[in-house]
Amino acid sequence: MTAITALATVGQMAAVFLGAPWVIGMMRQVRARMEGRVGAGIGQPWRDLRKLLHKQQITPTGTTAVFAIAPAVVAGSTLLIAAAIPLITTASPLDAAADLFAVVGLLLIGTVALALAGLDTGTAFGGMGASRGIMVAALVEPTMLMAVFALSVPAGSTNLGAIVSTTDAAPWLALSPSALLSLAALVLVIVAEAGRLPVDNPSTHLELTMIHEAMVLEYAGPRLAVVELASGMRLTVLLALLVNLFAPIGIAGPEAGVAGVLVATVVIVVKVAALAAALAFVEVFLAKLRLFRVPELLAGSFVLGLLAVTSAYFFAGAGS
Amino acid sequence: MITDVSTVIGAGTTPPAGAAAPFTYPPATHLWAAEPPTPAAAPSFLARVLSGAATVAIGATGIAAGTAAMIGALHPVTLDWAVPLVGVDLDLTPLGGLFALLIGIVAIPVGIYTVGYARTQHMGRFSLTVLPIFVAAMLLVSAAGSVPTFLFAWELMAATSLVLVWADHRRPAVPQAGVFYAVLTQLGFMLILLALVLLAAGAGTDNFADIAALADTLPGWTRSTVFVLTLIGFGSKAGLLPLHAWLPRAHPEAPSPVSALMSGAMVALGAYGLARIGLQLLGPGPRWWGLCLLAIGAASALFGVLSASVATDLKRLLAYSTTENMGLVAVGLGVAMLLASSGRIQIAAIAATAALLHLVAHAAFKTLGFLSAGAVLASTGERDLDRMGGLVHRIPATTVLFGIAALGASGLPLGAGFVSEWLLLQSLIHSPTPNDPLLALAVPMTVGAVALTTGLGVVVMVKAFGVGFLARPRSAGAADPLPVPRSMLAGMSVIAAACVVLAVAPVVMSPALTSALRGLRVNAAPLGPVLLRLPGVAGTVAPAVLGAGLLIAVLLVVLISRHGIRTRPKPVTSPLWACGADGLTPRMQYTATSFAEPLQRVFDGVLRPDTGLELDRHPGSQYVIAHAAYRARQRDVIEEHGYTPVLRAVRALAQVVRRAHTGSLHLYLAYGGAGLLTVLIVSLVASR
Repeated sequence: MTAITALATVGQMAAVFLGAPWVIGMMRQVRARMEGRVGAGIGQPWRDLRKLLHKQQITPTGTTAVFAIAPAVVAGSTLLIAAAIPLITTASPLDAAADLFAVVGLLLIGTVALALAGLDTGTAFGGMGASRGIMVAALVEPTMLMAVFALSVPAGSTNLGAIVSTTDAAPWLALSPSALLSLAALVLVIVAEAGRLPVDNPSTHLELTMIHEAMVLEYAGPRLAVVELASGMRLTVLLALLVNLFAPIGIAGPEAGVAGVLVATVVIVVKVAALAAALAFVEVFLAKLRLFRVPELLAGSFVLGLLAVTSAYFFAGAGS
Repeated sequence: MITDVSTVIGAGTTPPAGAAAPFTYPPATHLWAAEPPTPAAAPSFLARVLSGAATVAIGATGIAAGTAAMIGALHPVTLDWAVPLVGVDLDLTPLGGLFALLIGIVAIPVGIYTVGYARTQHMGRFSLTVLPIFVAAMLLVSAAGSVPTFLFAWELMAATSLVLVWADHRRPAVPQAGVFYAVLTQLGFMLILLALVLLAAGAGTDNFADIAALADTLPGWTRSTVFVLTLIGFGSKAGLLPLHAWLPRAHPEAPSPVSALMSGAMVALGAYGLARIGLQLLGPGPRWWGLCLLAIGAASALFGVLSASVATDLKRLLAYSTTENMGLVAVGLGVAMLLASSGRIQIAAIAATAALLHLVAHAAFKTLGFLSAGAVLASTGERDLDRMGGLVHRIPATTVLFGIAALGASGLPLGAGFVSEWLLLQSLIHSPTPNDPLLALAVPMTVGAVALTTGLGVVVMVKAFGVGFLARPRSAGAADPLPVPRSMLAGMSVIAAACVVLAVAPVVMSPALTSALRGLRVNAAPLGPVLLRLPGVAGTVAPAVLGAGLLIAVLLVVLISRHGIRTRPKPVTSPLWACGADGLTPRMQYTATSFAEPLQRVFDGVLRPDTGLELDRHPGSQYVIAHAAYRARQRDVIEEHGYTPVLRAVRALAQVVRRAHTGSLHLYLAYGGAGLLTVLIVSLVASR
């Protein structure tokens, strides 16, 4: 670990923290323009967060510490992921401590914290959101595990730094059948995990269709700000991970200098912005699926993941 | 030690202030069919302390003996006087030593816990006497050095545990659970007996050490028959499919310390049998052995976790979770067997490490789970998650302890079960072998099963913790729980500490695992001090660093969210959002059943729930409904569709056999004479 990689790791956390609201704002702006509206501007989520942070702290009756700390746990676990995964540098000092199974587990810790907070309120909405959110997470997690598993077989390691370095050194690996299958599976589960259309509608407030919004219905003021920030950061981290797993161009290696790190930062910001804009563009044409059609979508992505792993094994068997 | 502080329930907890009409809880459905019989007087303080102390002492002996065995300080002992004719051969191998250690880790907290539990739940003096004998019998199984000793210890363990399951025999559900357990455990014993007799006869000796030396000379069919018989026999004890049905019946009905011992330690001995016979004495065998074990393990894991996700009885849920975890252990052993017979010894060692570490982790978190479920039962009288809730306000220490158990069982990072599942996946990721289509097909299926199991395992534990302990009480018992005795909390704190150590520093198990694996015909797989770095394998994780990192990140977020705190108005408490209506009652909450409903729908084809709506229409008009009843029952699918036909066939056969029993003494004498004659003729012919 050099000072520069440590700096790059801090940069990753800062970029995710500062950039997440802008990613959300940009996606809303793209959607607004596509629908013929003017839109509130890219900076609106940041303005919302500042407003919420100055509001009164309200604790709903009968809720416990679980409800109070859940937002910080979601945001904290996401920040830790942002530090550990290869976004700017493949040589994060935390890379050896958190491989892809740990990253998937940390994502799940966030979901579990929010679901427990939903149950803790003891209302019908909280329970409903928790039940649905956990159902989606339970089906997303295996698929995500399978998809990244398929990618780690050619790299021979489950550490994300090694996987990304392998793809960076040999970009044609991203075109192998197993990589393409896992790309398809990952796109589906990231959409589900981040609560985007067609799985969940981030802007809905209709009780019967909500998943994420139902879980966090009782949050207000500063805690709501943390929840909103965390969900934005989760989306940003997932998009950045997706883009770096399949197109790691420009990422800084372990020996990169300050210039390399700066270039890598700019490159990842551009890549994530482009991917987020593309996602928002596609979302305009989608309608939300009925809740019980969602498992079918996720089962489909699970099968894609299974096929990806199988073909990775056959590929590994034939190649070596 | 943590202490529960019982406080008077405030307006904030239940029912909410300002409700239009006072909320009344639905009437209690007792575990007893009619009036509970007058309870026997609580056993005396002396009896409870003696029983607890004996259990703790035997557990400590297990830890000491296990540690000594693993550093190689023990020699085989033969006690000729102990059992007539055959004597008792004790030979604690390093593998057996690991299990003796595990039994000790489980027995010590259970012993402490029993002191308080026996008072509140009126455990009889007889049960208190049998409890230490049960622990000693389990230790004897792990130390058995010959076939007769092993069978004797195994049967002693089965009999003592059966007596303990039957302790509350006056409760209607108990005899049925006891019969189920008795039949399945004896069926398993019969198969093990047959297998070990075949093995001993083939090798010409009944000493395990000698059998191990001669095992390679045995004919292939003997080895395979022994393997299949022990797979089913030990599988029934380990709660693997298809003979798992005793677990979800016996665990809920047994007293909680007994459930903890059975689920934490006894079930692990089933896996011990599989490892000892399949891997140590006979292995490495043909590849289909490993595949069989792998398939049974994966099916058990998936079936267990699905059944647990729709179970509403807390102890039944934990019992199904045991089937799930033992399934994962069997997957690990199966992968080890498969890879060892494919020549991938180093990766096989990782898989075996994963299986053994998961056994230890499971023993810790499942013991804690059953003990805290017992604490809830003792303090609220409830076992049904649909009637629990709000316990965090009244028994916070028990809630925290169950939370530690649930975190371990869910396999999330920072939980006790994470590292072993990580090792299992690592062994799978590094198993691709050139030009081996069998592995290339079997391994991805296994990865899929393990991934799905861990995902669903999270649902199970979120349901158990979130619905059972958070939110608001759903019954009068949960609204007004009794304080949990100190000794019970002390016992649970001890095992919770073990869970935490396994979660942050699994490396403490490294020497034990290394020495246990040495006997398994696979190389040792040491775990590094902080990073878990495996020999010959790229892939690392550091649970302690992860925990510290998460703590720092959470504190960072808390610090950031203090922005603007000076200009904020004073914090307030306000009522929950009730859609503008007034009076949100606890009945409006999601229950465990409703929480699991989406998953039940998704896995409808596997779980086949029995649901239906019965409408009684008014005699005057068919449009007026006089009475509506909704029925939703979840039965064990395998039990219903697999066991029922077999039971029917057995009953029909019994009817046929009954015709020979006319009650005539002369006829019975003739049967006896004919039987003796047949035995003599057969032995005469065989000896020629």
